[in-house]
Amino acid sequence: MDVLNVLLWLPVVVGVVCFAAPRGAARWVAVAGALATLALAIVLVADFQSGAPGLQHVVDEAWIPDLGVRYQLGVDGISIFLVLLTALLWAGATAFSALRAYPADVSRSRFYYFLLGLAETAALGAFVAQDLLLFVLFFDLMLVPFFFLIGTFGSGDRVAATTKMIVYTLVGSLLMLVAAIATAILAADEIGHLTFSIAELRTHVLPEGSQDWIFCFFAAAFLVKMPAVPIHGWMPDAYRAAPLPVLALLSGVLSKVGAYGFLRVVLPIYPDATIQFQELILVIALVGILYGSAMAFTQTNVRLIAGYSSIAQLGFITAGIFALRGDGADGAVLQMVNHGLVVAPIFLIIAVLADRSGTEDLREMGGLARRAPVLTALFLIVTLATLAMPGSANFVGEFYILNGLFQAKIAYAVVAAIGVALAAFYALRLFQRTMHNRLAEGTVSREISVREAVVIAPMVAVIVALALYPGLILERGEASVQANTGPVLASTR
Amino acid sequence: MSFTAPDIDYAGMSPVIALTAGIVVVLIVGAFSSRRQRVLTSIVSLATLGAAAGLCIWQWGEDKDLVSGALRSDELGLAAALLAIVAAAFVIPLAWREEAFDPARGPAGQGEFQALLLSSVLGMVLIAQAQNLIAFFVALELLSVPLYVMCGAARLREASLESGLKYLIVGSLGSATLLYGLAFIYGASGSTDFAGIAEGIGSGLADDPLVLIGIALAATGLAFKLSVAPFHQWTPDVYQGALTPVTAFMAVATKAAVFAVLVRFFEVALGPAASDWRPALAALAAISIAVGNVGALGQDSLKRLLGYSGVAQAGYMLVGVVAFTEAGVSALVFYLAAYTLMNLAAFAVITVRERQTTFGDDIRAVEGLGRDSPAQAAALTISMLGLAGLPGTAGFIGKLFLIEAAVDSDYTWLGIAIAIGTMISLAYYLRVIAAIWMRPGDEPAPADRGGLPAMAGGSPEADRAGRCRAIVGLALIAAAATVVFGIVPSPLVDWASAAGDSIAGLLP
Repeated sequence: MDVLNVLLWLPVVVGVVCFAAPRGAARWVAVAGALATLALAIVLVADFQSGAPGLQHVVDEAWIPDLGVRYQLGVDGISIFLVLLTALLWAGATAFSALRAYPADVSRSRFYYFLLGLAETAALGAFVAQDLLLFVLFFDLMLVPFFFLIGTFGSGDRVAATTKMIVYTLVGSLLMLVAAIATAILAADEIGHLTFSIAELRTHVLPEGSQDWIFCFFAAAFLVKMPAVPIHGWMPDAYRAAPLPVLALLSGVLSKVGAYGFLRVVLPIYPDATIQFQELILVIALVGILYGSAMAFTQTNVRLIAGYSSIAQLGFITAGIFALRGDGADGAVLQMVNHGLVVAPIFLIIAVLADRSGTEDLREMGGLARRAPVLTALFLIVTLATLAMPGSANFVGEFYILNGLFQAKIAYAVVAAIGVALAAFYALRLFQRTMHNRLAEGTVSREISVREAVVIAPMVAVIVALALYPGLILERGEASVQANTGPVLASTR
Repeated sequence: MSFTAPDIDYAGMSPVIALTAGIVVVLIVGAFSSRRQRVLTSIVSLATLGAAAGLCIWQWGEDKDLVSGALRSDELGLAAALLAIVAAAFVIPLAWREEAFDPARGPAGQGEFQALLLSSVLGMVLIAQAQNLIAFFVALELLSVPLYVMCGAARLREASLESGLKYLIVGSLGSATLLYGLAFIYGASGSTDFAGIAEGIGSGLADDPLVLIGIALAATGLAFKLSVAPFHQWTPDVYQGALTPVTAFMAVATKAAVFAVLVRFFEVALGPAASDWRPALAALAAISIAVGNVGALGQDSLKRLLGYSGVAQAGYMLVGVVAFTEAGVSALVFYLAAYTLMNLAAFAVITVRERQTTFGDDIRAVEGLGRDSPAQAAALTISMLGLAGLPGTAGFIGKLFLIEAAVDSDYTWLGIAIAIGTMISLAYYLRVIAAIWMRPGDEPAPADRGGLPAMAGGSPEADRAGRCRAIVGLALIAAAATVVFGIVPSPLVDWASAAGDSIAGLLP
């Protein structure tokens, strides 16, 4: 059995096993499953042939032959590290939940860990699917567990928040379903048979008129998922309501699926429309950078500070992709992983901080560093990585992106560069207001406990490791990025 | 004067014969046994349905004309017949001793209910195979008249009687309209045979006013039966008033059978006039998707909600007819099967909730269900996710199939209409799911409705719990099938494609 198949289905199988486990043990079964998945993902990376642009570990079987849908999986240099990121963050979030005995209501814990497993399978599926329809299927499937995770286990106005999130994101992705079907049917005339295989579809470029509306449908789905600025309305509510470990996944992994979709699907299959809409998407990306940074600087809810900073970061990633140059896209791939790596620990640290200060309002926090040097150090590393301090992998990523953008569209690059400076403002503000200043009322400064450190410290260690050797991703990603941006580059010249 | 006896293909007719015999036996058994008659009639009915289903499967793949061409036994007809039979077999346990819970709610009589149900199934089996105007209309009445009676079966309850009367009036109106339309088409083409009509219309009559009026009236009549908007106003009222098992049967089986004849009538008989009816049916589909989905928003009664959802789903399925291709018919049959599974699961859970709570079919009856009864909650949740067309369920594959058929036949805008309708539908399907999982119920469900007659051989409590377990088990089976066919759709796709293939040769 192929390792990719096992990796993909292991989490949901473990999730089902959780139901059979005794109530108290379900969380440990889930942790074991998430760690095993992570181990498999590491094996996959170790096994990866760098420099090869094509797919590796390909699984290709008929699924619904009458509809032209195949069960096609594979990883290349772009998806391999997103798979690793997914497995890593899921292991972290699952372990963090388990160690803190979350959810408090033990009778519901089996349901919680089952949903986490299902969500991991769906997210991994979106990254490894090589059939356009399978990709759409996993893309939509992700919503189901997150709907329950936020609606059942969230806080505040959770039902309204989760419904809003689902409706927003499905509005995009159902149109994407129509667009995917239209792509296959339009291409079928040329290819000779109905197929959704991404590899086959990209060999036949659709006429420009069809590309345009299909591009818009795909872009809508991906931009809502990220979220990008004019269509980010679901984000604040969902971020307020979601449990923090779930939020770490939502922000760390799910937002990347949108950006990944642009690279995997849109650029190779719809190159002409991509060029046509390049400036529009770049404007959206820049608005996201500026608006996200400004909001992150003014919000007082710590979750929303991290949430809006994600919008800004995803603006960078989108801009990198739509520079339509190899170096911009290289940087975007690196930055996708970087952002996931920093934003997930931030949300977990927020959970730790909220414990100590009893609030998630920045105005009522402060002085947490006093007796907690280790916690402070960990948070500082993450903060510096977030603001793309030279020496961090985020710096390398942003450098590549800006470099690509400068060469492509210099005006946009100038504006984007402002965003780099703004990141320092909001990231440092979050750090200072929580860790420094006077000890706020009702706040206890306590050192990070072993149970928390066991999860957060390794994640921070990964950030440091990647800062030392960003080439790990760049070297393996480059060939695949070239392969995926090739059709667009050929058209721009 | 010599007389040759008509050659009767008993094998082809066998499902019809089995059902007819079953109806007679059920009535006799009901009349002669008094104490345990309800159990016996139910068992005989189930055996009849089992036999009919077996015979349908036996006849699978043997395409042939029956009764001098009035009927055609092919995969399309048999697939619809099987769906109707499965729905009926599912409904009998649901109605099992319903009156024990509330004397005013249960069906009256001694086996009449089961006999009526079987008669309606017989009408459905016939109409799914009809290819002659007379057979078409007779079968339509045979399936409708028992339904009118069944809707009013709880004769001590005003809502049920109102529902029956309303359905009778609206249904008769629909039948009359259809009959008028069929007369016009006969007048224009000079034939009652579907093939003859196609020939007649094909010879330059496609734009004949007689034919156009006939098509319009026939489409209207069938739209009444399928509760396609704007001819759907009766649906929510009748669904809400009728006994839940009857509603379940009506929602599912009627659609399967009438869609089968719709395909045969429009695509085979009126095929040469396709350019006339395709835009009209496309408009009906779009209106139905919009009206059904918007109407379902804000409904507190689950049965009304499913009624409106059924209007929208009928709109989706109509897209398969509009496509006017083999793939469209396959998509329609697949969606019908998925729709059957999802709705049966939902109605089964609603039946149980009506018995276990005092809220009836109000959405409050499912609040906190995730905590109180995870099995019921899981079945209803999967059903709602499936109806909403989320991945991992047969509903997703069904929508994929339909959209693919629509796009392939240059009706991309209808594919987009399905997508937009689905978005709206999320608002009400998710509301039900949110009520199940995300709101704590006020208190543990009030288990006892009181006034239960004691029964021999066990305490009423134990008996009730056992009975509901059986229904919950059925709901879980339907829900599990929804998920299985969402992950491994090939068997069902092949089955539906066979139905599409069987009609392909008849398409012009």
